[in-house]
Amino acid sequence: MTSPAPITEPREAAQKPDPAAVPALSIDGVSHSYGPRRALIDVSFNVAPASFTALLGLNGAGKSTLFSLITRLFGIQSGRVGIFGHDISSSPGEALRLLGVVFQPRTLDLDLSLTQNLLYHAALHGISRREATARSAELLGRIGLADRAGSKVRDLSGGQMRRLEIARALLHRPRLLLLDEPTVGLDVKARADIISHVRQLVTEQGIGVLWATHLFDEITASDDLVVLHQGKVLAKGPVGRVIAEAGAQDVNTAFMRLTGTQVMPGGGA
Amino acid sequence: MSSITAHDAPRGFSLAKYMTCLTGIVWREGLRFLHQRERFISALVRPLVWLFIFAAGFRQVLGISIIPPYETYILYEVYIAPGLMAMIQLFNGMQSSLSMVYDREMGNMRTLLVSPLPRWFLLFCKLLAGTAVSLLQVYAFLLIAWFWDITPPPLGYLTVLPALILSGLMLGSLGMLISSGIKQLENFAGVMNFVIFPMFFASSALYPLWRVQEGSPYLYYVCQANPFTHAVELIRFALYGQINWISLAVVATCTIVFMIGAILAYDPSRGLARRGPAGGEG
Repeated sequence: MTSPAPITEPREAAQKPDPAAVPALSIDGVSHSYGPRRALIDVSFNVAPASFTALLGLNGAGKSTLFSLITRLFGIQSGRVGIFGHDISSSPGEALRLLGVVFQPRTLDLDLSLTQNLLYHAALHGISRREATARSAELLGRIGLADRAGSKVRDLSGGQMRRLEIARALLHRPRLLLLDEPTVGLDVKARADIISHVRQLVTEQGIGVLWATHLFDEITASDDLVVLHQGKVLAKGPVGRVIAEAGAQDVNTAFMRLTGTQVMPGGGA
Repeated sequence: MSSITAHDAPRGFSLAKYMTCLTGIVWREGLRFLHQRERFISALVRPLVWLFIFAAGFRQVLGISIIPPYETYILYEVYIAPGLMAMIQLFNGMQSSLSMVYDREMGNMRTLLVSPLPRWFLLFCKLLAGTAVSLLQVYAFLLIAWFWDITPPPLGYLTVLPALILSGLMLGSLGMLISSGIKQLENFAGVMNFVIFPMFFASSALYPLWRVQEGSPYLYYVCQANPFTHAVELIRFALYGQINWISLAVVATCTIVFMIGAILAYDPSRGLARRGPAGGEG
């Protein structure tokens, strides 16, 4: 509590939500194996509502496995995943309706129009056609693609597709948003746009965000950080505290000290 | 007690939401189908080749006696039309299952599976959507066949619909069951060789079973045990406004068994996750 966190803005700690509040996402003792290979080992952390939590790890650290478990693509082998207190295994319907996801691979129908993609997603959530049409128009306006509503997704740029996927993930008004390396393959401008858009969702709409990445420069001092390496959580907490506890100056060195790697994942982008 | 929960967000989903979801999935499948014109054309060309070429050549070789549901001597073309309708559905069932494998690999299946509605319902919707697409193909085939003098009674076009829905669901479920077992797209060629061709040839689609029995009693039993035979017979009788009860029972039972099997096999906690490692380096 009193740990010095020179890099963290003090404001952040003060704004921590009421401790009685249910976490947006709680991962509790989750392990997962693919046969003999252990992909996740006793992983536990929380994502608070209205917070931006970065899940930092190299490729193969277990980020995508974790996402597959949270989105119920894989069954949970051991441990518990809760979304606003709803257990993903025992009440998946209640949990999933509070969850929006942007997967790492593109999951849009390229031959359908922007609106058609959004309407399909809305239907999967049981949102009536009229309501879905209104929400789609509103969201397309917000991401600056209103004039492209009728064009095929195939004709969009990579950054525009990502923005559309984020809009789609928000269509059913979730309170928790998961993004799995959403900026991979985007240029600098598109990356910056996506990051600021998602941060805006946190501050303006109070959405809890779990942002998986291997890029240090996507993490800011006011975020929460979870460092995942070879299936284990090596550190978690406000960015400043994680850096201080690792005796480092920045996220980059903290990560290298914690994991003992010499790789510089940030440079890879 | 019951009214207290009213202020809370309602748990579960209303029937209207289920219907919205169902129509949404069918609508999307229809849109995708319309965008894949080659798929539509090849779905039509395949049975038409059989009808125009194979049947014309075989007409003289194979005499058809009067067997139910037919009341007069019929041309061979008329005989194989129901078999070709079922063949359209067989290919479509396998192809939609291929698209589910493709979807799964491309991540589109993920979008479907994060829907909060129950997973069995989502898969059932997928099956219905695939069946709806097969109906479009079958009726397009019937339209062309009509010009080729395959003219069932007008009411038959209506009475065959429930039979087609049931057989479409059966073949779609079978495809989904098989698609859960194949890891790579190339394996669809294997499905063609080991599923589609044997099912099609060892059935009453091309020749009446009494002729098969004359040739080989063993093959006759194989044909009788083949669910595809019963799909063909169900369609054949329904096209002439009649019900083949045995075929109906077999097709209905197989539909239920295949569908349950497909849904269980598709459950990623039982299927995907466990198969992932066992299947080796993916």
